[in-house]
Amino acid sequence: MAPSSDSAGFLIEARQVSVTFGTHTALSGVDATVREGEALTIIGPNGAGKTTLVKVMLGLIAPDGGTVHRRPGLSIGYMPQRIEVDATLPLTVRRFLAFAVPRNGRPSEERLRAVLGEVGAEHLLENPLQEVSGGEMQRVLLARALLRDPDLLVLDEPARGVDVGGQADLYQLIGRIRDEHGCGVLMVSHDLHLVMAATDRVICLNQRVQCAGHPEAVSRHPGYTELFGDYPTARAFAIYHHHPGHVQDADGTLQPLAPTAGEAEPPACGCDSTEPHDHG
Amino acid sequence: MDDFALRALAAGIGVALISGPLGCFVVWRRMAFFGSALSHSALLGVALGFLLGIDLTIGTVAVCVAVALLLVFLERGRTLSGDTLLGILAHGALALGLVALSFLDTVRVDLMGYLFGDILAVTVADIAWVYGAGAVVLAVLALLWQPLLAITVHADLAFVEGVPVTRVRIAFVLLLAVVVALAMKVVGILLVTSLIIIPAAAARRFARTPEQMAGSAAVMGCVAVAGGIWGSFATDVPTGPAIVVAACVLFAASGVASALSGRR
Repeated sequence: MAPSSDSAGFLIEARQVSVTFGTHTALSGVDATVREGEALTIIGPNGAGKTTLVKVMLGLIAPDGGTVHRRPGLSIGYMPQRIEVDATLPLTVRRFLAFAVPRNGRPSEERLRAVLGEVGAEHLLENPLQEVSGGEMQRVLLARALLRDPDLLVLDEPARGVDVGGQADLYQLIGRIRDEHGCGVLMVSHDLHLVMAATDRVICLNQRVQCAGHPEAVSRHPGYTELFGDYPTARAFAIYHHHPGHVQDADGTLQPLAPTAGEAEPPACGCDSTEPHDHG
Repeated sequence: MDDFALRALAAGIGVALISGPLGCFVVWRRMAFFGSALSHSALLGVALGFLLGIDLTIGTVAVCVAVALLLVFLERGRTLSGDTLLGILAHGALALGLVALSFLDTVRVDLMGYLFGDILAVTVADIAWVYGAGAVVLAVLALLWQPLLAITVHADLAFVEGVPVTRVRIAFVLLLAVVVALAMKVVGILLVTSLIIIPAAAARRFARTPEQMAGSAAVMGCVAVAGGIWGSFATDVPTGPAIVVAACVLFAASGVASALSGRR
């Protein structure tokens, strides 16, 4: 299912985007569209170009080929993959959040507290930013994105640095935010099964679009299984999220993701390889 | 106190007032080596000033600005790590400056004065430069404050939120170039970075907001300048290094003070 060329109601649209870094092709002819109120997730292994695609769509990287169109006046709330603030910069969460708002438009006390409350981080308001933990930081970043009253939320690996239980909570929170604010969501994730409930459409990326469409359909697509069939992290998460419910009807097609004998333990694979590889 | 001591104090305090707030950004943005590279290139500006027969401060500012822009441009290419690039430019420019100065047979150049500062030789014109250019630098910094802070926290996030990141970055680097050229008179090329980063680092422990830290850094710098000049008179040691030693003492004292008060 290719992204529709129907541009009515689109928030942001990338067409035939290509990016090369030196001799390395990061993206090749990629299409991606987010429509109003829609959640689109880009999944793919490490090095697949997910973050690059997001950065192109945000205007942070100029593509070597292709175009990006935004709906005029689009307000974007962006949650970067990571944030590192030097320990010498005295900055509270409150001050960090205040950057989100255009000049002369400091958010009211109520609004700050309301948004932090929405992401479950109200207690952090006066904390120094550098003392906020990884999981809390993701919530603070989400709050900063929300303070912009976004039409589109762009979330790059929102569950990064969050433990596995917390990841599910975070994706639930994102789903709830989207329902309540009615904003579009463009999300990057490693793992389809974690985001399945929070997304309408999925693009499976590995330099080029392998397959795209409804999450259930993508999980059955050969392009997906080819990409993730031998990918240990995905497999480990697939096991974890093998609880009854939405995965049950897909049991048969998910079979290729099930562990083979001797690999039942989630491998602690920290390498960046996108190729099948072993850690013997 | 003699006139030259008062002039030294006036120039030193002027420089400290500017380098404190700007130095905070150098520390926050981890650009100490960048400042160092700029200051090393200042000698080339001095040489150029002599060769072309133009005002030495203008020559220094011009070369520092050119090197700053070159660095920003080269860092975009990213074929070498920023660190290596800075090392090449810093020492290349210093060597080039020394070579250029050696061609000046007709002028006797007080090399030690440029390398380690000669604050006791500052003229009224120098002081006018420090306060005139300094006022402009501080005014521009005040205008840039919020966006500069935003890109220091996270450049991509600031860009998405509408901050003109590249323009702000270039403006900051230009300010830094001007401050380096001014501070050179006080502590010399090799010690300029210390006057920019040490007061800021010493101020960190007493600040709860970025603005407090900038203010404290300016005050710390003034104390270091006054202490250094006094120490240099009392013990007959060179003034530039004495100022830097005084700043280091302040930094150490701030560490001890915060340790005694039970951290933070």
